[in-house]
Amino acid sequence: MHPFESDALPHGAGVDIIASGRDNPGVTASGRARLGWVAPALLPAINLALALLLSAVVVLVIGESPTRALRLLASGAFGNAEAIGYTLYYATNFVFTGLAVAVAFHGGLFNIGAEGQAYIAGLGVALLCLGAGSWPTVLVIAAAVVVAAAGGAAWAFVPAWLQAKRGSHVVITTIMFNFIASAVMTHLLVNVLIKPGQQSPETREFAPTTWMPQLHDLARAVGWEIGRSPVNLSLLLALAAGGLVWLYLWHTRWGYELRALGHNETAAIYGGIQPARTVIVAMSISGALAGLMSLNEVMGVQHRLLLNFPGGAGYVGIAVALMGRNHPVGIVVAAVLFGALYQGGSELSFDMPKLTRDMVVVIQGLIILVCGALEHALRAPLDTLVRRATREATP
Amino acid sequence: MSDAFLLMALLAAATARGAAPLVLAALGGLFAERSGIVDIGLEGKMLAAAFAAAATAAVTGSAWAGLAAGIAASVLIGLVHGFACITHHGNQVVSGMALNITVSGLTVVLGYAWFQEGGQTPMLGPGARFAPIELPGVATLGAIPGLGLIYREVLSGHNLLVYIAAVAVPAVAWLVYRTRFGLRLRAVGESPGAVDTAGISVPGVRYRALAVSGVLCGLSGAYLSIAHHASFIRDMSAGKGYLALAALIFGQWRPVPTLAACLLFAFADAAQARLQGTPLPLVGVVPVQLIQAIPYALTVLLLAGFVGRAVAPRAIGVPYVKER
Repeated sequence: MHPFESDALPHGAGVDIIASGRDNPGVTASGRARLGWVAPALLPAINLALALLLSAVVVLVIGESPTRALRLLASGAFGNAEAIGYTLYYATNFVFTGLAVAVAFHGGLFNIGAEGQAYIAGLGVALLCLGAGSWPTVLVIAAAVVVAAAGGAAWAFVPAWLQAKRGSHVVITTIMFNFIASAVMTHLLVNVLIKPGQQSPETREFAPTTWMPQLHDLARAVGWEIGRSPVNLSLLLALAAGGLVWLYLWHTRWGYELRALGHNETAAIYGGIQPARTVIVAMSISGALAGLMSLNEVMGVQHRLLLNFPGGAGYVGIAVALMGRNHPVGIVVAAVLFGALYQGGSELSFDMPKLTRDMVVVIQGLIILVCGALEHALRAPLDTLVRRATREATP
Repeated sequence: MSDAFLLMALLAAATARGAAPLVLAALGGLFAERSGIVDIGLEGKMLAAAFAAAATAAVTGSAWAGLAAGIAASVLIGLVHGFACITHHGNQVVSGMALNITVSGLTVVLGYAWFQEGGQTPMLGPGARFAPIELPGVATLGAIPGLGLIYREVLSGHNLLVYIAAVAVPAVAWLVYRTRFGLRLRAVGESPGAVDTAGISVPGVRYRALAVSGVLCGLSGAYLSIAHHASFIRDMSAGKGYLALAALIFGQWRPVPTLAACLLFAFADAAQARLQGTPLPLVGVVPVQLIQAIPYALTVLLLAGFVGRAVAPRAIGVPYVKER
């Protein structure tokens, strides 16, 4: 991959390896039939274990007990209905951003800009909610989905277009677009959208009719009592988005073209696939997914536009996509795991004041390192093990 | 002496102070990227160095010990990057991103646990940081109208690391263009196969490039926490590593144009700090945040070929596999 190359398209060796659960040629056909599940299922588990082990070292250095920390973390994340609700609320953000990063990965593209795309989409959602106070809630939600997707897609479209038509690399451009989005939003919130007579740069609260319905309210309507938590309808939208991404990637012509491009650009072009169009479509879909994250945060929880509301969810998306091996099912599982880390992490810092919530950021970084960058380091020994097991099984 | 002239001199001095960390980090990135390794981890290396330098200086009371610790931390991060990207052919962007994120969390976790000041390190005393240096003869030469003012306000009174940054530019240019190591470095970034054929170890050259990058980023990070400021503050690199990367691209991976880009970005920042709220001719009051976005927007335009053309080292981002 040529991250900054100006005249070539960006696909190839680098990202394409992480973009797929590609079968290893070293595994024999019979081995694949029997043990093909090993790498996809075991590798993320080993990766996670390794990342947690490294994090445990950090906890030890600080002088706390890693096992006690893990226990507190788990009970903080899943201990009661309310905790689970919070975990799922965080997970909602990460499903959206994880899907966003994964869609781009499938085409050999690395979308680091989910953060900025969500931020800009939040602006659109906030303007809609501020203006649509008298609309019926259903209409507001439908419009907000469109606005959020369009906002995120628009902010991803420019880097995608620049890459496809002008040859600038999407990694650098999306990083720059994150900074530009942050500057623009700070300007708008500080100077334009700020509620008059108030110090903190945020908009006024939206009218309650424009709030995303909370799941505990919806559950009560059908006779269920679940704990109060910020988890809202966006969770179901996130799961639906996961289903649509699955359809797009594996059951549409566009998805096929994208994956073909990610695997082998030369072959894809030879097969009649237009790289420029495919890249632009995929990045726009990726941006739209990132943008939908703002529904959960802006419309579902804060009910106003806050400074830096994405709070790093765009970067968590990278870890989630890598851990979930770019498959919607894996992404949902990984997102719940990260939701648990975020929720459990904040509970943990109450009981272990020496461990701040930033420990979660360390784990997140280590997971990206182990699952993404060091993928091959673990993969080769695992394949050898699998091969040896296969050989013993079929003498 | 007119006020405008003094203002320009102060602006130039502020530009030099702002450019120093960018120059050091960008030159570090130059080594890595010229060898064919994407160095998105400049930010993380700076931040790690800033923390290690401030923490060590706070404990030992010595700026030099702090500087050494900063460089060591930054080199260590660089070597982890090398382990993932060179030894294991990992994705360089993913690895850099992972290290940036890990460091941004780790510095706060460790700072909070060790110093209990909400993620900061204790304020450093005078001996524990690099103080401004008065160049010789400022008292007498500074009295000369015009040039004396430039000498007194612009050239003198910076800390050691600013002068190191200034010296680093010609030093790096010499190293890259006039030495055997420089030739191999550039060759490895353009055509690693040819270098390998000549019997030179591609991983060897790339690891050395990452080590040099680590040293320079270490200086840059130490500048932030033990020279410019007197403590570590969480996320104190605040995107400067990415800005340095932008400057490197803007400077087309060459030392002197990279310096020019760093000065331009630093000048935009210094001018923005000084002009805050002052209406400019033609455009009126420009919001601070929009001025801050200028370097990023310029980089995007440059990469898109709207202003000049950025041609990267040919082999950048491609892991070198000796045999298939």
